[in-house]
Amino acid sequence: MTLTEEDVEAGCTVSGLRVALTGRGLDVVDEINLELRPGEVVGLVGESGSGKTTAGTALLAYARRGAFIERGTVAFEGVDVLALPWEQMREIRGMKIAYVPQDPGAALNPAIRIGRQIVELLELHGIGTAEERLAKARAGLLEVGLPDDDEFLARYPHQLSGGQVQRVALAMAFLPRPKVLVLDEPTTGLDVTTQGMVLQTVGELCRSHRVAALYVTHDLAVVATIADRVAVMYAGRIIELGPRDAMFRHPAHPYTRALLDAIPHLSRARALTGIPGRTPGPGRRPSGCRFNDRCEYVEDRCRDTEPPDVQVGPDHTAKCLRVGEIGSWDINRGNTTDTDPATSRDIILSVEDLRVFYGHKEVVHGVSFDVAKAEVVALVGESGSGKTTISRCVGGLHKQWTGELTFEGRPLGKGSRSRVSEDRKRIQYIFQNPYLSLNPRLTIQQIVSRPMELFGLAKGSQARDRVVELLEAVALGPTVLNLQTNRLSGGERQRVAIARALAAEPDLLVCDEITSALDVSVQGSIVALLENLRKTRQISMLFVTHNLALVRSIAARVQVLNAGELVESGFVVEVLDTPKHEYTKRLLSNSPTVA
Amino acid sequence: MNVLTPANLRRIGNQRRLVTGLVITVVIALMAIVGPWLAPYGENDIVGKPFTHQGSWLGTDYLGQDVWSRVLDGGGSILLISVLATLLGMVVGIMIGVVAAYIGGWLDEGIMRLNDVALAFPQILLALLVLTAVDQPSWWMIVLLVGISHAPRVARVSRGVALGIVSRDYVTSAEALGESRLRVILAEVLPNMNAPLLAEAGLRLTYSIGMVAGIGFLGFATNPGAADWGQMINENRLALLVQPWGVLAPVIVIGIFTVGTNLMADGIAQLAGRGD
Repeated sequence: MTLTEEDVEAGCTVSGLRVALTGRGLDVVDEINLELRPGEVVGLVGESGSGKTTAGTALLAYARRGAFIERGTVAFEGVDVLALPWEQMREIRGMKIAYVPQDPGAALNPAIRIGRQIVELLELHGIGTAEERLAKARAGLLEVGLPDDDEFLARYPHQLSGGQVQRVALAMAFLPRPKVLVLDEPTTGLDVTTQGMVLQTVGELCRSHRVAALYVTHDLAVVATIADRVAVMYAGRIIELGPRDAMFRHPAHPYTRALLDAIPHLSRARALTGIPGRTPGPGRRPSGCRFNDRCEYVEDRCRDTEPPDVQVGPDHTAKCLRVGEIGSWDINRGNTTDTDPATSRDIILSVEDLRVFYGHKEVVHGVSFDVAKAEVVALVGESGSGKTTISRCVGGLHKQWTGELTFEGRPLGKGSRSRVSEDRKRIQYIFQNPYLSLNPRLTIQQIVSRPMELFGLAKGSQARDRVVELLEAVALGPTVLNLQTNRLSGGERQRVAIARALAAEPDLLVCDEITSALDVSVQGSIVALLENLRKTRQISMLFVTHNLALVRSIAARVQVLNAGELVESGFVVEVLDTPKHEYTKRLLSNSPTVA
Repeated sequence: MNVLTPANLRRIGNQRRLVTGLVITVVIALMAIVGPWLAPYGENDIVGKPFTHQGSWLGTDYLGQDVWSRVLDGGGSILLISVLATLLGMVVGIMIGVVAAYIGGWLDEGIMRLNDVALAFPQILLALLVLTAVDQPSWWMIVLLVGISHAPRVARVSRGVALGIVSRDYVTSAEALGESRLRVILAEVLPNMNAPLLAEAGLRLTYSIGMVAGIGFLGFATNPGAADWGQMINENRLALLVQPWGVLAPVIVIGIFTVGTNLMADGIAQLAGRGD
């Protein structure tokens, strides 16, 4: 890419950036070198704790409480932004370097109408006359695909949908015509179709207004959709940086490769693999290459020598000593085949004409499907589709429903208390958020052994042995036995939750979005674990998710839900490859994916 | 589950508010417990003329008894009654609040509206009503009355705390497993309410002392002749300008103790607010 002089002027170059914790001198991020070019979106990807948000906000010369920008420069229009006094920095923030937060709902004032808020922004910066401001506000809304009529301008933020709020935030970020834009996970929490629209809007605006954008996210699939270049962060460093296609076809760093191995594809079923261990936080990061303790290609020198940036291709660098020695990588590594639609099915759970109510409101309108032995059935849909509601009815957590739930020929009672102990034991529910589903006052052993005691499966030392066995089955090991859950990471907690479910020796696991609160590398290992359990213990699963790509890798059958109705169902290969319903097609076309 | 691990102790040590409160509370409590042995005179010994500076350093009271000795003697009963009353109020209140929050629905509505009615009734009035009706109030009556008058207030707080916990997934999870309701409350809900309830207990103890002292002041102490901080204030109030120590000494001790327990309660609340 050749740069004209004007372009160089407009971009933004970060060099040698280091943000450290106040007082302790530990780095949160270090050695960040990144060039943002006009009209280009750079995706900054990393797992939680990698420092991606810290690096992103440092572009605005901002560090969260307890951290400070220790050294480095952010060159913008010929000046170092980080060296500016705060009065001048304030002029630049929002005007020239703008920021779009993750939760736009928190950024808009709920008591002020949309139109007024946008105009207020222009007033604050003293742009134009009253009429011009209003005209600009309308133009800004049109740009992001929102209506610009008076009715819309007069709405309050709570009268907009999540996607609309995010687009208002985008319109406000773009209005002062910034040169640099930092987007911090702006589509996290949005449904896929809304996310698709927002991503498209961001891409178009950045390109048409020649904005240099930094898109911070944990989602590789989103990056593959929107970014021109991709920077991968790990433990506070950018470990690989390159053009998107090169990054996804020929990733050079072992971490990038491991991440790509962990994410599911929409077009193929894959055997997902996770990355062992966890992302180390500041102060726990190893010396030498930060990834050395989890890397499958590690050598002794990786532990002592901090790897420099190595050129691996045009515009493509990686921080790894062993670049070129570790062979090539193929995106199709780990592909497997979909479940054959011709396999015979031994039904254990059937759902007939299920109608669910919250109070007097019917939210699920007559859904029927079934689950066979050792089969994973996915319930897919956007928020409000009723997928979690259905799973809660199956798990006995929601009582207001009509219809038939039959488990191995026996009808199931409405709530868990009206079911026989045998049914409660054989159907186990795993929750979405492992931070809420484990009692913080109990030890892991107490948590996992409780179902055994309750159902009379094991007692005393026998129960303890079983707990150790189960913890090993979920790859945790006996060292965590006497810990409380606050000592564990999210992925480890979810494993404990799975172990607790397994302790009851169930035949059906109801999994409610159990990987959505976790990093992709952890998701990969959880999915691998579930697949193993399904094969070895013949456990069936009802898997609730919004992620179609994940469905492809984990499920045999899929039920697509929209607004409480089943719109399409069948074997995964049929539904995803030859969708028949309009809604399924729309979901598929909006789902971001790497392949 | 060990609360007193070295790490926890260090965290408590870093809480200056908590430590100060703890020290004050312990010192006053010790004074009330071992006071009777340290007192230079007996509680009913006449050591001089009334309201003079005879006797030990705080002078004499309305009958010529030694004020300092009576201060040392008069704490035990008031502290014991206050602590017991607080315990009673906490237990009853927590039971009401947690059950209401856990069961929910119309039962919750009913219990809490009745609770509101009880709250509208002035705390000390009920106590006085009953105490005036009986001839000679015994100590357990005061415990009962003060404790019961705390219960609605504790119930409100504990229901609020429990509401945030009963909707958590681990409670739902225990329900789905079919745990008995009692066990869900005892094992899943209550242990997670520790910190806010401890803070509430500290506050209630403060109020208890005030109330028990107040009842003593109004002349409803169990033993009219015995030394009692609350009663002392009443007995000696006539000579406030001549011999103020008869009133001031018990007031100061009660005041310091109240500050101590309050600081402790605040400290616990702060510690809890920062995350367990």
